[in-house]
Amino acid sequence: MIALIDYEVGNLFSLQASLKKIGADSILTRDPDVLRSADGIILPGVGAFGEAAEKLRSFGLYEPIREIADTGKPLLGVCLGMQMLFEKSYEYGEHEGLCLLPGYIGSLREDLPSRDAIVPHMGWNELSFTSKEAEKKWTGKEDGIYTYFVHSFYAKECEEVLIADTDYEGIRIPAFVGKDNVFGMQFHPEKSGDDGLRLLSEFIKLTK
Amino acid sequence: MLAKRIIPCLDIRDGRVVKGKRFEGIRDVEDPVTMAAFYNISGADELVFYDITASAEGRKLFTEMVSDVAKEVFIPLTVGGGINEVSDFERVLTHGADKVSVNSGALRDPSLIDEAAHRYGDQCVVLSIDCKRVGNEFHVFSKGGREDTGRRLFEWASEGTGRGAGEIVLNSMDTDGVRQGFDLEMLDKLSSLKVPIIASGGAGGMKDFSVLFKQLPWVSAGLAASIFHYKEVSIRDLKHYLRSQNIPVRC
Repeated sequence: MIALIDYEVGNLFSLQASLKKIGADSILTRDPDVLRSADGIILPGVGAFGEAAEKLRSFGLYEPIREIADTGKPLLGVCLGMQMLFEKSYEYGEHEGLCLLPGYIGSLREDLPSRDAIVPHMGWNELSFTSKEAEKKWTGKEDGIYTYFVHSFYAKECEEVLIADTDYEGIRIPAFVGKDNVFGMQFHPEKSGDDGLRLLSEFIKLTK
Repeated sequence: MLAKRIIPCLDIRDGRVVKGKRFEGIRDVEDPVTMAAFYNISGADELVFYDITASAEGRKLFTEMVSDVAKEVFIPLTVGGGINEVSDFERVLTHGADKVSVNSGALRDPSLIDEAAHRYGDQCVVLSIDCKRVGNEFHVFSKGGREDTGRRLFEWASEGTGRGAGEIVLNSMDTDGVRQGFDLEMLDKLSSLKVPIIASGGAGGMKDFSVLFKQLPWVSAGLAASIFHYKEVSIRDLKHYLRSQNIPVRC
């Protein structure tokens, strides 16, 4: 059973449907005991970092997620959920994250070389994996895949946990990160067609 | 680099896909889930469903259709038609839509854009504009192209993005159905806007897409209906053709 954390940040319809499509049972929950008994955890999220971090705390999930991640249970953060895995974010102020991965979240707008570049980074972009082995393992392919992104902030100084990144207007955006049992996808695997479903399936395999 | 998006648009009535020639003589084409799955396999980057039903019953069937599609096809889904208040956003977003396109509803009450963008985020709100030349001006039309609002294209598009629309679909009524290419002159009016622009109306063949992306490199996507429905152009072939022209696409 995969626990999909429902902490009132965004719509979980597609994520849950995509898990069903790949044959993974999932449950929407914000109960720490359910998280503890699940085989794997997905932390979703869209919207602003500060509010989402506040919700995690107000539902009493901040410490339980950190403790459960330390036990080695597979955890996947998606989009804002991925950003929450890092140490902190500078999205409208400064907010503490779950500190499960090294790095922080900064503004795309401030870093883009061209002021004409559109923010959010929205659409299909190509992943560059840090190794051929990782690419083959996660995608089953060797010639690159595209995934669907929608975000205005991005992870920085996280080279040691980088699995794949993507180029947007001259900036390398960490797209897929991971260390031991903790993974994060900046893109939406549940909106990235069959390649996205394949990435989710690979994560689910780790939970078995 | 971001891929240029190719987007088939499906008109839905009473939960079924229809495509009429200029909205007359509508005939049933196919089951939406079958068609969406077909487009997904063919490499469509996104799907737009436009509800042309007027009745409450048809509206309900449309909403059910959105969730049926969203359970089977995992690419971004945009829905439009009959979006007049924030509760209409809620209705379709909770059934699996990712973006909601507004047109007449936003012209009638522009604050709908602000409210929806505030509640669901700019990326959820797509402003769809039906535009036609009147004299030497570009006028915005409402009610499915039946009513000239007198508003100018650039003025309305910049107001819409200022209020929080995260994307614009520009439908040229002048080139719609003519199949001689997208309306580059009209699209060019929006070149200074800082949101993705989706070109609609006029695609007759593969070359029209390469002309679009080469002439107006800032355009993010091309949308079409009949050439895809009637399999005159396969999305897979189109993507390979565009890639051979050095246009970045996902294929």
